[in-house]
Parts: sequence; C-alpha cells; structure tokens
Amino acid sequence: MSGIEKSPWLIHYDASSCNGCDIEVLACLTPMYDAERFGCIVTGDPKQADIFLITGSVNNLNIPVVKNIYEQMPEPKAVVAIGACAYSGGVFAECYNVKGGVANVIPVDVYVPGCAAKPESILDGVVRAAQILAEKKQAMKKARRAKSPAQEAAK
Amino acid sequence: MKGYELYLAIAYLILGPFIGGLLDGVSRKITARLQGRVGPPIIQPFYDLKKLFSRKLDPVNSLQMPLVLSHFIFAVATGFLIFEGSDMLLIIFVLTLAAIFLVLAAYSTGSPFSAIGANRELIMMTAYEPMVILTLVGFFKVAGSFHFGDIAAVGKPTILLLPGIFLGLVYVLIMKLRKSPFDISTSHHAHQELVKGLTADLGGPALGLVELADWYESVYLYGLVFLFFSWNPIAAVLGPVVTYFIIILIDNVTARVKWELALTSAWIVAIVAGMGNLIPFYLIARVVH
Repeated sequence: MSGIEKSPWLIHYDASSCNGCDIEVLACLTPMYDAERFGCIVTGDPKQADIFLITGSVNNLNIPVVKNIYEQMPEPKAVVAIGACAYSGGVFAECYNVKGGVANVIPVDVYVPGCAAKPESILDGVVRAAQILAEKKQAMKKARRAKSPAQEAAK
Repeated sequence: MKGYELYLAIAYLILGPFIGGLLDGVSRKITARLQGRVGPPIIQPFYDLKKLFSRKLDPVNSLQMPLVLSHFIFAVATGFLIFEGSDMLLIIFVLTLAAIFLVLAAYSTGSPFSAIGANRELIMMTAYEPMVILTLVGFFKVAGSFHFGDIAAVGKPTILLLPGIFLGLVYVLIMKLRKSPFDISTSHHAHQELVKGLTADLGGPALGLVELADWYESVYLYGLVFLFFSWNPIAAVLGPVVTYFIIILIDNVTARVKWELALTSAWIVAIVAGMGNLIPFYLIARVVH
C-alpha cells in the first residue's frame, strides 16, 4: 500500500445548497464523529488537500471556483459529492441558474446519499475516497513504471 | 567535555525527527482525549510526512523552494549548534534567520493569506525574541557560560534560581511551537481564520520540510527546558515532560488571542518575570563585592 490512505487531508466547499450538508460535514469533526481518527485534517488550502468534499449543486457563478479548487489539488485526488444536490441538483435542479450535479463540472469518485447527508455516511464516503486515493496512487506508479522503459527504448 | 557534545549533536540530527514526530503525535492524541475523541494513531505525523514527501514538487514560484529549504537547514542547524556546545548568544541569530526564511517563503507566494500569516509571524518573532535572550542571560548568571554542556553540568537547581525566567520561557515557547492561544500565524487546528496562514500555498514536499523543521525545533526547545532541570536525573526527565503536558493543556483550554495582546503580554512577561528574576543576581553581586 502507498500509505496515502492513512493521511487523507480534506478540503470542503459548499456550492449552491441549503447549507444542511455543509453543517453535517463540520459535524464530522466533532468529538461525536471524530474524522481525525482516520488521519483526516481539514485544510483550507487545495494544494495540501487530497480529498475534495463538495456539497450542493453547481451554478454559473461557482463553476469556475469548483474547477479552480479541483485543478489546484495535486494528483492523485478524489472528489466526494455529498447529498442529493451534489448528485443531481436536488430540489434546486429546476432553478434557472442551476447546472445540476457536481459531475457536470469535475469527475466525482464517491457519492454520499442523503438530504441532508448524515455524518456517518459522510465519514463512510471519506474512508472510501481514501481507498480510491490509494488505488489511484498505485495506478500512477504502474503507469510511471510502464512509461519509463518505453521512453528509454525510444532514446 | 567536547567529545560527548558532538555525539549529542549527531544524535540530535538522527533522532530529532523521530522524537519531534512522536512529540507531535502524542500531543494530537492527548488533545483528542481531552476533547473526548479517539484521535489519530500516535504515529500519524509520520504517515502525514510520508504522504507529503510522496507528492510531486509543485512550487508556486522559483523562489519558494530555496527559501523553504534554507528555513529547514537553519532550523536544523540551530539545534545542532546548541547541542554541539556553540555559544548560545550567537545561536540566537541562526534561530532568527531560520524564522525569517519561512516568512520570506510565505511572502514570495503572493497569496493574501500567507502575507497576513507572514506579518503575524514577524510580530510573533518580536514578541518571543526578548524573552529568549533574557533566558540566555539567566543561564549565564547561574552557570557563567553560554554553552549547553556547561549549563547542563552546572549542578545547581537552575529552576529554583530562575523561576521567573522559566515562566517567561514557557510563555514564549507556546508562541514558538505555534500552540493556542498564540497560533495566530498558522495553526494545526482545523478552525483557522487565515486558511493556513504562513503555510498557505506550500504543498507537498515544501510543507513536509516545514513540518520536519518544526519537529527539529521542538526537540531543541525542550532541550532548553531540560537545562532548567539538569541537576537531578529525575527532575531532568520530569521537568520537560510536565512542561510538555502543561503546554498541551494550555493549547486546549485557551482561545486564540489577537496579535496586540500576544505582543504586549509577551513583553510584559519578559519584563516582569524575566527581568524581575535577573535583578536579584545583580543586587547580590553588588553586595558580595
């Protein structure tokens, strides 16, 4: 194992939603749910984050913000879309400015169901995202190994 | 005398990260327990560091990485020189230089968060520096020397002669270790108003180096605490350990202060406790002569 799954640092962003899911994300850090026991640190800096927790649907205003955060995160990275809005736009799907789920803008690795999502299921999503991170890291290593002999052969 | 000091300094270079990382891990675990949480494993800081160094180096500009590297080298050098037995009064300059490099690295990124963090770190430096110098003056008054080995081997209960200085040093130690209530430039806690402040825009290996430098720093800072208790083997172990727990406790029960209060209170503590402790030494010297 690469070890990255033991230290999944989080960044969370609340796109257009009722803030219910965002409050539940913060509840994950309380003594009751204790996300830190999985090695999670909530960081505000995308450069230091491994897992992107995003709640709410995306709209025209926050699409550049979501993309910006995603692009600043180093590889490998995982995205957890939390709640019904992040999946499909939820109750806001019909709004004139709403573009629907997060997957319309950035690739999503884990969907957490709920409206609002429960802290337990958010934690479950984070742990799954950590496993996906480890798999991505493994795949990156393999790709690098596969590439380097080919490059040497080309020389 | 000289021989064992060199071994001590080499031991610091090799064991420093392990001790510093464990200090960090135990502190996180105790913090979690105080808050009624399970908390991360004690070796969590090593997982974090391994991950940070496995990341691709992605500096925001060409200046950032050399500055962070200089910060790391000078932070490690400060401890090396202390344990190797160099003149502590000169080591103050190396200590300051290390901190300055980190501030410059933060300024170089152009992020407003790191700029405010860097400003606050400079304020913190002006806050803790006088007390650090007074501490060394206190050591000189007791041991007649500015060298680690001589102060450690003085054979007097330094803590009883310098209680005010010790109080002041613990006060500024909280600043140097960036613990609450003085974690205003950057914080290890999740609730941080400046995103990551000083360390914002430092990603992957750059942040890893800053973390590693912090671990080395905590080792030599607790080395300074040890000097107060070095006359007795039991006190030499208990003193730094109790100080470590008290600092964790303070970290958990206090809210972050504004920079004005941090600066003025640190200077008041330095003047009242630090200088107040030194005055008797000068008076006694006058009476004796």
